[in-house]
Amino acid sequence: MARHALSLIALLCCGCAGWQSALDTHAVQGTRLAHLIWLFVGVCAVVWVTVTVVLLLALRKKNDCPDDGPHTPAEASERRMARIVRAAAIATAGIITSLTIVSFYATRELTSAAVAALDLRVRGYQWWWEVTYLDARPDQVFITANEIHVPVGRSIHLRLAAADVIHSFWVPSLTGKQDLIPGRENTLTFTPQEVGIYRGQCAEFCGLQHAHMSLLVVVDSAADFEHWRRGQLAPAATPRGPEQETGKRLFENKACASCHNIQGSTASGTIGPDLTHLASRHYIAAGSLATNRGSIAAWLADPQTIKPGNNMPRVRLNAGELNALSAYLAALR
Amino acid sequence: MTGRIFSLVFGAVLLTACQRESRSFRLDPPIAASLEAVAPMPNGIGGAPPDSDAVLGHPYLTNAYNLNQGKQLYTWFNCKGCHADGGGVTGPSFLNGWWRYGPQAVSIFISIRDGRPRGMPAFGNHLTTEQLWQLAGYVRTIGAYSAMTAAPSRNDEMQSRPAENRAPAAIATPSDQWPATRYR
Amino acid sequence: MTASEPRAVSDSDLDPPALEKQLAATWRTPGGLWGVLSTVDHKIIGRRYIITAFVFLALGGVLALLMRLQLAGAERRVLSADRYNQVFTMHGSNMMFLFAVPVMEAMAVYLVPLMVGSRNIAFPRLNAFSYWLYLAGGILLWAAFALNMAPDVGWFAYVPLSGPQFGAGKRADIWAQMITFTEVSALAVAIELVVTIFKQRAPGMTLARVPLFVWSMLVTAFLVILAMPTIMIASTSLILDRLVGTHFFNPAEGGDALLWQHLFWFFGHPEVYIIFLPAVGMVSTIVATFARRPVFGYLAMVLALIATGVLAFGLWVHHMFVVGLPRLGESFFTISSMSIALPAGIQIFCWLATLWDGRLMFRTPLLFVIAFMVTFVMGGLTGVMVASVPLDTQVHDTYFVVAHFHYVLIGGAVFPLIGAIYYWFPKMTGRLMSERIGRWVVGLLFVGFNLTFFPMHILGLQGMPRRIYTYPAEMHWGTINLFVSVSATILTSGFLLFFIDVVRSLRHGPPAGANPWGASTLEWATSSPPPSYNFARLPVVGSAQPLWDRPDVLPVVCGLRADRRELLITSLRSAEPQARESSPRNSIWPLLAAIASTVMLISSIFTPWAMVWGAVPVLITLIGWFWPKGTPEDEG
Repeated sequence: MARHALSLIALLCCGCAGWQSALDTHAVQGTRLAHLIWLFVGVCAVVWVTVTVVLLLALRKKNDCPDDGPHTPAEASERRMARIVRAAAIATAGIITSLTIVSFYATRELTSAAVAALDLRVRGYQWWWEVTYLDARPDQVFITANEIHVPVGRSIHLRLAAADVIHSFWVPSLTGKQDLIPGRENTLTFTPQEVGIYRGQCAEFCGLQHAHMSLLVVVDSAADFEHWRRGQLAPAATPRGPEQETGKRLFENKACASCHNIQGSTASGTIGPDLTHLASRHYIAAGSLATNRGSIAAWLADPQTIKPGNNMPRVRLNAGELNALSAYLAALR
Repeated sequence: MTGRIFSLVFGAVLLTACQRESRSFRLDPPIAASLEAVAPMPNGIGGAPPDSDAVLGHPYLTNAYNLNQGKQLYTWFNCKGCHADGGGVTGPSFLNGWWRYGPQAVSIFISIRDGRPRGMPAFGNHLTTEQLWQLAGYVRTIGAYSAMTAAPSRNDEMQSRPAENRAPAAIATPSDQWPATRYR
Repeated sequence: MTASEPRAVSDSDLDPPALEKQLAATWRTPGGLWGVLSTVDHKIIGRRYIITAFVFLALGGVLALLMRLQLAGAERRVLSADRYNQVFTMHGSNMMFLFAVPVMEAMAVYLVPLMVGSRNIAFPRLNAFSYWLYLAGGILLWAAFALNMAPDVGWFAYVPLSGPQFGAGKRADIWAQMITFTEVSALAVAIELVVTIFKQRAPGMTLARVPLFVWSMLVTAFLVILAMPTIMIASTSLILDRLVGTHFFNPAEGGDALLWQHLFWFFGHPEVYIIFLPAVGMVSTIVATFARRPVFGYLAMVLALIATGVLAFGLWVHHMFVVGLPRLGESFFTISSMSIALPAGIQIFCWLATLWDGRLMFRTPLLFVIAFMVTFVMGGLTGVMVASVPLDTQVHDTYFVVAHFHYVLIGGAVFPLIGAIYYWFPKMTGRLMSERIGRWVVGLLFVGFNLTFFPMHILGLQGMPRRIYTYPAEMHWGTINLFVSVSATILTSGFLLFFIDVVRSLRHGPPAGANPWGASTLEWATSSPPPSYNFARLPVVGSAQPLWDRPDVLPVVCGLRADRRELLITSLRSAEPQARESSPRNSIWPLLAAIASTVMLISSIFTPWAMVWGAVPVLITLIGWFWPKGTPEDEG
């Protein structure tokens, strides 16, 4: 019996750690929130246990004589009970007030304006994330999709916008969430503290493929981040070999170019995600598949089976075209 | 007897409702291939639509999801650049009830796929067949004279004309006021 | 009175057997289809309402099982994305609009006239109308689901997803119109309850002697009257945007996507108190009866009810903590959301005090109250957690919130409701439910519920958002999800056993007398089930526990006519008799008016002109409804 209980508890506790967990945090804001969660859980657990114990004690004094009719309790015991209830009510008010004050201070800390090292605009689409790295110098601005790289230890400032319906940007290991609402620009700030990869997911129901709208935040060291940033600013890798060249030609002449942009080719569509450095990302299709030539080919062959209802149509490709396109796209680091 | 008639009528209404409201995200490849098989007349005006279109119940004219997708495509592929919100700028209007190449959906499909003289680009290579049909269906019904229950409604944008499901959609459009010789 | 009029037959003229015969004839509902369609007896309508609501509960439970089947493993394909979105929208809308609010109002429709010592509810024809309208709304929604065109935008239907651009087809319109049906129905019942409780109480039932269940229904009714119009405005604006092309929620033309959220949650938060407060009343009643003493702190309990009702309107922004509102504004709502824990806490302490000093009878209703306390307190405490703005930024829209609201809704409303069914089933049917099966039901429901929903707290903290139809295998949520899905079968078996017990007890339950539990409120002063006229002579009340303080004799008031339907109107504060009021006879017009309204409202999903042309039949049926029929009751 005890063994079963222990394994149950172990089952429930497994996976507190993780790359998308509010209890396994690696940023200033996320850690502050995790502490707040534990504080609340502790206080609430104590209250619940107290109430349950009092209830069980009250039930122990049972007196199941069905022949006894109703009774009026004594004046004195009612007065004593009134004092106890009053004290409990005051204690409740005290606990609520302290928790409210703690929340106030946590909110203030979380939204305190720090000088941001990096300014990003995240625009939510059905069902992917467009990320624009803003900069005062226009030639340093670039656009990517579904994967954000940030340097560790610096304050990152996100401007949140929505292109169609309401979405919500949520990377629990780093900070709390904020909605992306059409017609408004919201902001979110966080300061990552540890190098690593953290997963996020859209947290506001946005339609058919809300379940498959995830993103990655990759926290790099300063040097790695700079290396990545320079790579993103560069145009797409030139195709190597006849297969990749065929792939590039197909991309530019078929339906692909009307929706997607690849810097350095004639494809300059803005409806779908930017694919200039597709292969440098860990996942394609907003977290649906890990990036490799096979998954890219699978996605091209039939996106509607992998992510039914998403806005990428099924373009008819024969085997040769599929090979060429997937070779080209898999090489876009 | 009346009960039976009533339930038959009711059932028929419900079934049409089903078709209007159903959503399919993935056309089977044979159907997608057959939807390409339109047989236009030599002058490109009118022609035989694919048989599968009739078998499916003209889904691109009557299905709410297809019409909505058509409307999204209309925005995404910048049809507004020449046709505005349907009122027409450099391109003709869809709202004044006059169709240059005839009112059949097939003609509109061919217009979008192959382009037309004097400025309409060919989108055949840039859109899949299903997208072409969705656009054609939307364009055809945008100028409908009666509010269709399947028609999409206003966009979340600045208002420039009544919504598609408000009849009548035919209004005086800017292109109507231009010299008539422009289009003759 | 002229000489040619027949002499009035008053209830003081007849001796009890003749009186009962006369009253039965005056108040009877004829048998057959005509009786079913035209009755205005609050007990028949209340029973019908309760059964229909439980049918919707069962249907909603099936939807929940479908969802759990889909989520039991990663990337399962039991339900497609579109179908899953329809299923979870239906589950939420069905449970909130077609089960939770109607069942609580239905219990009140049945019990309140009996508890206040009246012959029928106020506005009985409106009562019948509200049932037919509710039924029509429920059928509309489920027929849409059967046709694969159920709304798929969530029970809260945020714009722009449910708006004209992104909500293709008629799905969101069906949702919005279903709202109109159920909200008009709920409003009608709320108005009847307020009038019944204020003006039809038994003589001597001053406000300080009103039973706590009746108080809770009074506060609930006011919440309904103030909150329901908001959702009707919201859903009407949505239909107008979609059907006519208005711009209420279009930011480009001066509208605001957040306007929807404010309107919806201004209704949505009081809605959960509309569901919870009646359960509070049920718990108070059951605790008093099975502790064999009055509830401790009557005044505190009443004030806590009123405070909860008032505060409920000041919390709604806690559903919008992550939309980017000003920090100070959000913090105000943290304060108000936490402070509603205070009246709830006071109620819990008073019940604990009652149980502590009571002589407890451990019957099934009390066992449900115990399950309620353990579960609801946990739900309330997770509520305190999500009331904190920063904490909510992590758990909002995750399974943590799903766990929280199921704890407060199932623990806080469904457990008391089922306990209340066990408690009042003998009164409604004349038979007791099985005590043995009842204990099994409590056990299965309590264990199944906690095993199903407690792990969801952990899932939410581990990053699992809500309203996702599947999740990738690499997230390692599969184990806990499988555990939850399997535990859901335990919960289901508890509900199944409950339904079986109900059906069994209807036929084979041991007969119950007038007052099997030895309770103190007036509904136990008449037979089980009560006759159509409720009481042969209306009782007079001298204390808050009328059947306890004078168990052998029940004082009554005489003078109401027995040959026509009459009830007694009393004053608001001290319940002194003021007037005799006619109560309408059976009438088919409420059904016809409901049919006309249904046709008008369903057609308006397709064309706005339906409101114009459809109003004509409605007007005709209303004229028929109010036209004097020459019955004795028309004399007023």
